[in-house]
Amino acid sequence: MTAYTATVTVRLKRGVLDPEAETTQRALERLGFELEDLRSADRFEIDLEADDADAAAERAGEMAERLLANPTIHDYEVTVADR
Amino acid sequence: MTVTVLQFGGSNCDRDAVRALEHLGIDAERRWHADGLPAETDGIVIPGGFSYGDYLRAGAMAARAPVMEEVRAAAADGTPVLGVCNGAQIGAESGLVAGAFTTNESARFQCEPVHLRVERADTPWTAAYDEGDVIEVPIAHGEGRFEIDAAASEALEADDRILFRYCDADGAVTDAANPNGSTGNVAGILGERETTAVLMPHPERATLPDVAASTDGEGILRAFA
Repeated sequence: MTAYTATVTVRLKRGVLDPEAETTQRALERLGFELEDLRSADRFEIDLEADDADAAAERAGEMAERLLANPTIHDYEVTVADR
Repeated sequence: MTVTVLQFGGSNCDRDAVRALEHLGIDAERRWHADGLPAETDGIVIPGGFSYGDYLRAGAMAARAPVMEEVRAAAADGTPVLGVCNGAQIGAESGLVAGAFTTNESARFQCEPVHLRVERADTPWTAAYDEGDVIEVPIAHGEGRFEIDAAASEALEADDRILFRYCDADGAVTDAANPNGSTGNVAGILGERETTAVLMPHPERATLPDVAASTDGEGILRAFA
């Protein structure tokens, strides 16, 4: 078994309205920043042990499927690094 | 008839639901989710509130509680199941109904009376109304915007599973009358069976004449009678 950190990033699908991101963008603009667009995402860093990186990614992907993401509105991606 | 009103940590409309049901002469009792469903129950209410502090997404945690397996099985057997507000979010997260309820277009928590148009009168939830009736029921949510992908939305419309839409006082379904940006002004939908329904507005807050501005919601709860 090897120690890994799997990072799951969950973001709204393109085209799904993101009122929180729009509000954040407006607040940044009020502070005088210039920007074209802003997207937000949730990032989960999961420490786990697995036989190899593929197994770690598979388990983290299942976590995303079953809880971390809602497939109706979200896409997600998984990356794995040695810990 | 005894209706089970489920309680999760952070549910806060459970007592209101019991009061409203008892006012209509329907026996109801609160049940802590970890105790599971009673051996016999004639109906299930998943009440409003902020289960698990709305962590991750509203309803996400409660939807994965073991009791929801029992609720899905009961729903599949035809036991009436009603999800209200947070209960609607839990229902969508647990697959009792299609779609998802997410952040209001306004990005604000909205607590206000709304008008709903009854889209179908031939379900247990709407037998007290006629199709096209306009009822007034309050909403109180920050994550009530109904989102659904295009294919699932078409299926929902084709299967006639939309129960209520936000409308104006005259029954016109307009953008202006849509409080939260819901797709198709959808406020409430049916599950696989017509005995399963979820809605963001609160019928239990529009039932007791002493405290409610409108009692238009009682017809929905009469499904349990």
